[in-house]
Amino acid sequence: MNELRDLYQEVILDHNRRPRNFGPLPAANHRAEGHNPLCGDRVTVLLDMADGRIRDVAFQGAGCAISTASASLMTEALKGRTVEEVREIFNGFHGLVTTGEGEGSPELGKLAVFGGVREFPMRVKCATLAWHTLLAALEQKDQPVSTE
Amino acid sequence: MTSFAAALDHPRTSAPAYDLARVRADFPILSTEVRGRPLVYLDNAASTQKPRAVTEAIARCYGEYYANVERGVHTLSQRSTEARERARETVRRFLNAPSAQEVIFLRGVTEAINLVAASWGRKNVGPGDEILITGLEHHSNIVPWVMLCEERGAVLKAAPLDDRGEVRLDEFERLLSPRTRIAAFAHVSNSLGTINPVREMTALAHRAGAVVLVDGAQAAPHLPVDVQALGCDFYTFSGHKVYGPSGIGALWGRQELLAAMPPWQGGGGMIHTVTFEKITYAPPPHRFEAGTPFIEGAIGLAAALDYVGALGPAAISAWEAELLALAAERLSEVPGLTFVGTAREKAAVLSFTMAGIHPHDVGTILDAEGIAVRAGHHCAQPVMERFKVPATTRASFGLYNTPAEVEALAAGLHRAREMFGGTAG
Repeated sequence: MNELRDLYQEVILDHNRRPRNFGPLPAANHRAEGHNPLCGDRVTVLLDMADGRIRDVAFQGAGCAISTASASLMTEALKGRTVEEVREIFNGFHGLVTTGEGEGSPELGKLAVFGGVREFPMRVKCATLAWHTLLAALEQKDQPVSTE
Repeated sequence: MTSFAAALDHPRTSAPAYDLARVRADFPILSTEVRGRPLVYLDNAASTQKPRAVTEAIARCYGEYYANVERGVHTLSQRSTEARERARETVRRFLNAPSAQEVIFLRGVTEAINLVAASWGRKNVGPGDEILITGLEHHSNIVPWVMLCEERGAVLKAAPLDDRGEVRLDEFERLLSPRTRIAAFAHVSNSLGTINPVREMTALAHRAGAVVLVDGAQAAPHLPVDVQALGCDFYTFSGHKVYGPSGIGALWGRQELLAAMPPWQGGGGMIHTVTFEKITYAPPPHRFEAGTPFIEGAIGLAAALDYVGALGPAAISAWEAELLALAAERLSEVPGLTFVGTAREKAAVLSFTMAGIHPHDVGTILDAEGIAVRAGHHCAQPVMERFKVPATTRASFGLYNTPAEVEALAAGLHRAREMFGGTAG
């Protein structure tokens, strides 16, 4: 049961109930959709990029508590970051949820609450879906979002 | 949902002959632990656990008489061949089929439906013809027909479900036409547990001149099956869902249909004579069993069917009905829980959603207590769409489950509720 409490920490449950930066982002100039065909989770990541930095970010979609909270906390960690910084945060986060590498690192900030995920290997994809979608959005060429 | 529990209307006393403790002792895995808790295995619709009778039959085959079948004059080959043909007879008896020569060993239901679609389908389905399925089918009874329709220019139709998750028979009848070449439907729904009125649906389809295939994957472990009473033309089930090995299953088909069907895969064992110019094919069932088969799988499957037969499919069905009634009652007491699929005739499968808690989170919380359930779309995405849910949690019961395990499930769901708090979301 302790493993379960580590997985579903209060911060995660809170972000699941009240996801931050959830909804449309009219100024978005990058976007990507992520889909986990195994469980049906879907997420769309919207970025407003300027001068190589993330000026604003939002997400939409439906998924489990882990994927929703992960997307929500990710958006909080990204604002104002450069692409290079985002990749570093991603690498740290990915290490945390897969191998535990970098656990306790101050760089991770609030993302450290996902440390319990690695005890549940089936849920790693839930935690990383939004991040992989973010990377796809970053790679997309600067162009206005055609539909919203 | 109490009306649902009441509507099940099953007797609440078990048959005296059903010795649950002895049954459980036959399945070694049931006394193991998961995450430090006794295993509560409620994912039987995905796959079932195996009794010693099955593992011992396979070990005996390997240890005492294993050799390739149908190919040698030596003693072991003959003994393996005889054991496999006895297994074919066991399957015949399990289905009450007229002849063992109508029983084809395959990997399972998926392969069986692909065989019928590819062999019977390519020969009998042409442009503008129609294939009728239903809204509760598993992907394995959808995709092969979609592929056939695309190849042949035929049209796939699906009879819709009502809000209980029952096939609308009026729509099923309306969708049958002189162009309907085959009607293919599940005996029991894997995602909802609905038991289809197969005999009635078969009669309707036959009246329209269609051939009928029944997917018995979820029926074989739960109900007595009698293909002659059902009246269908093809019936298929998978071994692993009826306490046998995975990778083995059977297709039964009427002799006159099988005899007219072209081979599906070519290779050894399915021929009569081969020259580079001309090949004559073996009669069914061997015509459809190219290559060295899963010999020990067929033998293990027969052991599983013998095991189920000794307990009695009717006794198993009655026991599972008790578990289902208890589970329906206990789960209906969980705040925010909604059943998906409340058919009047239902096998021991309960699909549900919980307000504000995604099925994957429910699955993980239960797993931490040693309880195995399925969370997802159950390879039945059209069913999920019909009920406007992305996924459900599914608890499915088998012959070895206990009332205490039902209580553990309910307690786990109450704890999930507490953990996630309220009914937000």
